[in-house]
Amino acid sequence: MTEGLIAPKPALRRFQQARWDEPAIFDLHTPGSRGVLVPLPDPEMSVGDPLAALPAALRRAEPPGLPELSQLHVLRHYLRLSQENLGVDLNIDVGQGTCTMKYSPKVNDTFVRDPAVAALHPLQDESTVQGVLELIHRLQRMIAEISGMDQVSLQPGAGSAAIWTNVAMIRAYFAARGEAAQRDEIITTVFSHPSNAACAATAGFRVITLHPDADGYPSLAALRAAVGPRTAALLITNPEDTGIYNPRIAEFVALVHEAGGLAAYDQANANGILGITRAREAGFDLCHFNLHKTFSTPHACGGPAAGACAVTEALAPYLPRPVVGFDGERYFLDDDRPESIGKIRPFYGVVPNLVRAYAWIMSLGAEGLRTAAETAVLNNNYLMHQVSRIRGVSVPYAAGRPRLEQVRYSWEQLAADTGVHSEEIGYRAADFGTHYWTSHHPYVVPEPMTLEPTESYSRADLDEYAAVLAEISREAYEEPETVRTAPHRAAVHRVRHETLDDPDRWAVTWRAYRRKILGEQV
Amino acid sequence: MTSTGPSVHPYVPNSVPAVRAAMLAAVGAESVEDFYADIPAALRLGRPLDLPAPLRSEAELVRHMRELLGRNTSTRQALSFLGAGCYPHHVPAVVDEIVNRSEFLTAYAGEPYEDHGRFQALWEYQSLMAELLAADIVNVPTYDGFQAAATALRMAARYTGRRHVVVATATDPDKLAKLADYLRPDHRLTVLPVDPATGRADLGAVRAALTTDTAALYADAPSYLGIVDPALPELAELAHAVGALYVVGCNPASLGVLSPPSTYGADLTCGDLQPLGLPMSFGGSHAGFIGSRDEERLVAEYPSRLFGLVPTEVPGELGFGDVAYGRTSFAVREEGKEWVGTAAALHGIAAGVHLALMGPAGMRELGENVAATTAYAVRRLGEVANVEAPYAGSVHFADFCLRFTGSLGAAEVGRELLARGIFGGRPLNATDALYCVTETHTKADIDHLAETLQEIAK
Repeated sequence: MTEGLIAPKPALRRFQQARWDEPAIFDLHTPGSRGVLVPLPDPEMSVGDPLAALPAALRRAEPPGLPELSQLHVLRHYLRLSQENLGVDLNIDVGQGTCTMKYSPKVNDTFVRDPAVAALHPLQDESTVQGVLELIHRLQRMIAEISGMDQVSLQPGAGSAAIWTNVAMIRAYFAARGEAAQRDEIITTVFSHPSNAACAATAGFRVITLHPDADGYPSLAALRAAVGPRTAALLITNPEDTGIYNPRIAEFVALVHEAGGLAAYDQANANGILGITRAREAGFDLCHFNLHKTFSTPHACGGPAAGACAVTEALAPYLPRPVVGFDGERYFLDDDRPESIGKIRPFYGVVPNLVRAYAWIMSLGAEGLRTAAETAVLNNNYLMHQVSRIRGVSVPYAAGRPRLEQVRYSWEQLAADTGVHSEEIGYRAADFGTHYWTSHHPYVVPEPMTLEPTESYSRADLDEYAAVLAEISREAYEEPETVRTAPHRAAVHRVRHETLDDPDRWAVTWRAYRRKILGEQV
Repeated sequence: MTSTGPSVHPYVPNSVPAVRAAMLAAVGAESVEDFYADIPAALRLGRPLDLPAPLRSEAELVRHMRELLGRNTSTRQALSFLGAGCYPHHVPAVVDEIVNRSEFLTAYAGEPYEDHGRFQALWEYQSLMAELLAADIVNVPTYDGFQAAATALRMAARYTGRRHVVVATATDPDKLAKLADYLRPDHRLTVLPVDPATGRADLGAVRAALTTDTAALYADAPSYLGIVDPALPELAELAHAVGALYVVGCNPASLGVLSPPSTYGADLTCGDLQPLGLPMSFGGSHAGFIGSRDEERLVAEYPSRLFGLVPTEVPGELGFGDVAYGRTSFAVREEGKEWVGTAAALHGIAAGVHLALMGPAGMRELGENVAATTAYAVRRLGEVANVEAPYAGSVHFADFCLRFTGSLGAAEVGRELLARGIFGGRPLNATDALYCVTETHTKADIDHLAETLQEIAK
């Protein structure tokens, strides 16, 4: 803008989030109001009271205590809440590291809302669903190529469900070989997602967790000490949540194989390596992708997501049933898989997200995937270059080495200098219309901050994000109260957590709040 | 590494060659290859991925997707009587409007400040669902009803310190496959056959199966066969008599007229949210709920996140946070209760909006309509020659079994219906199939099915 009527913009955005001060929906209750009407049963059906034969105990005596609102008031309430939320479409969402917050193309949402997907029943005759079965089959083959593995299941509902699926297949594989009792240990790393450890424990395995050395990944010696005849599998991410690629990964896999174990690759962090290196080349037996991360489906406030498990022929008999097959003429649901672990979820997977992921791959192709990966890595190293110059920030491990698609930074120096903690910096970021995430627990990196810029953000976006962090760092050193009491321009002010761990006062629902806090008879 | 050089793509802003070059220069890199230095040559793919050629433009993508998905025949183009765990209900336009908002659709896991909206919407979902379930605790949704049942049973096992689970009612074999996988290796699952004459739980068999090692007795309300078993309250007594928890899976669309299981003794209630404002999506629009009383020891067994209402520094503001976070695998990895991750939050928001629109009167009307329409379908179709409704003596909700006693079996009848533009029910065995109606079916639809069956069920 030339000088004149409108002054130039300041260096940083003067953001103010919507603050509607919206009450709980129960407080909007207006007795007798209706939000939507329901068809009444046709009186010509003459069925009398269809529930008459039920005992009284099975007939609802008290109507549910739902609020009564007219339609506009329901809409307005939720629109206001939506305005008090940030998504990829609105903010420079590079702060949710490990989660690959890339742009989810709008056109792909239109396919999902179309009745050709939305109005399909999963038990329709196969002849009436050839289109969607072909799409799933094609996506299975694409994931097989991208991973280098032989067969694929798209059934798991998200990344953790895919980890569970892989663990269940590992268990079935050893059960079939009569080694289930002997192989009762699973090895993982502390920078792999917590669900690797947690799914293994839920499935009955003892968990051994490896920690990084100065390079940012565990030493081969540490793995050698953990591996043995009790090893069922290694579950490992590469690059791990630090963005550091473990160059000895093939040796890790080989060591586990020598001990008779399997190796499963958590590819949550695959966005920087699409078309560059694959699970197959490193020797893995199983892997999984998060389609809501690497393959662009929206994160939806925490799901629905989608997971893809890919395995070698040796593990293929154990895949969840059904997988989609093709006999040369017809696509079909292959449910006749006697060694399958069975079902992970109803039907065939989160089909809307399979449709989106397929459309995303089709709009990029091999070269586009490679461009996306390389740009994600370029963006990350560019952002690291900017952020690492900010006072109080450091980049732990493997000093001077490049990172792939993300970086786990540390504000340890800033916290030591100012007493301001990483979480508080994240809260302050909300005042600039963005946010960041620290890390999973435990905080192996002190005062962590994990940034993953993906391929979706422009150079100007990255500069703006770094400028926000630089400004908050300046504030922490010069006016720390501004950071400590943040947020100031977000939807709400600092929350008080004291009651969240107090069974007498926690309030998971409105009725519990009324009963426990307000002392009402509910 | 040889890269063919980037082409500018609308989804990749920094694919513009000049921008890419400037950014490389800014960090002092020769090429992106510098960043990949840690990936050994032996692990490089060394060739382009073998993927279909991309569609250059959005217009071409739309055309391709229309052509591919146009090979489907949806339930809008036929008269469908399929249910069996995925139900055709009207989805109010306001639900679609909210769940397609960018702010909700593209958000993930921000803090309770910049993402205040999703915390409030999900806490309100928990609260609205709690009213429907008559439960003080409801979780942030898990993946689907199968996972909800599987986790509820593991919760019961941890709560009781026991390892045996008994299934009393007719249950979807796919759900049983999920339970078998999820309860392995250290839980024992006993699936009891139902009374073949009535399709209901065999109370004698239940009594015989329950022991002081039983952690949970599980029942579906309605059952897989659509039957609302009059013995559901009695099953609670049998479970509690041996110190087991009573876990009931229910269809939430029925709870405007059927009692919430907590009122007849269920300790844990679970099920799938798909009937509450979600499309069928070829089985891809599920979400699982678990509800219970607000007992500290039971709350401690939930793996899911539980959002709680708290004050902020400003009086009157609503704030939110995680209740008892220390039980989750997010907090303590393998020491947590099972595991938690991204699941189906947006479907929880959809169900919350749906319940807010429906209110108590809407949920009652929905339940009354489905119950009446199902009763009519059971009666009308059971009158057709060579067609029986074998469990017509029971109250049904949405699903019901038809038995074909003529020369054509259940699958053959289905094929004949398909040739006439009707999607018949899911075959259960040679003679029986599971049909379904909801408020989306009219009397005329059912009469048309009856007349068509009259023609073909020889």
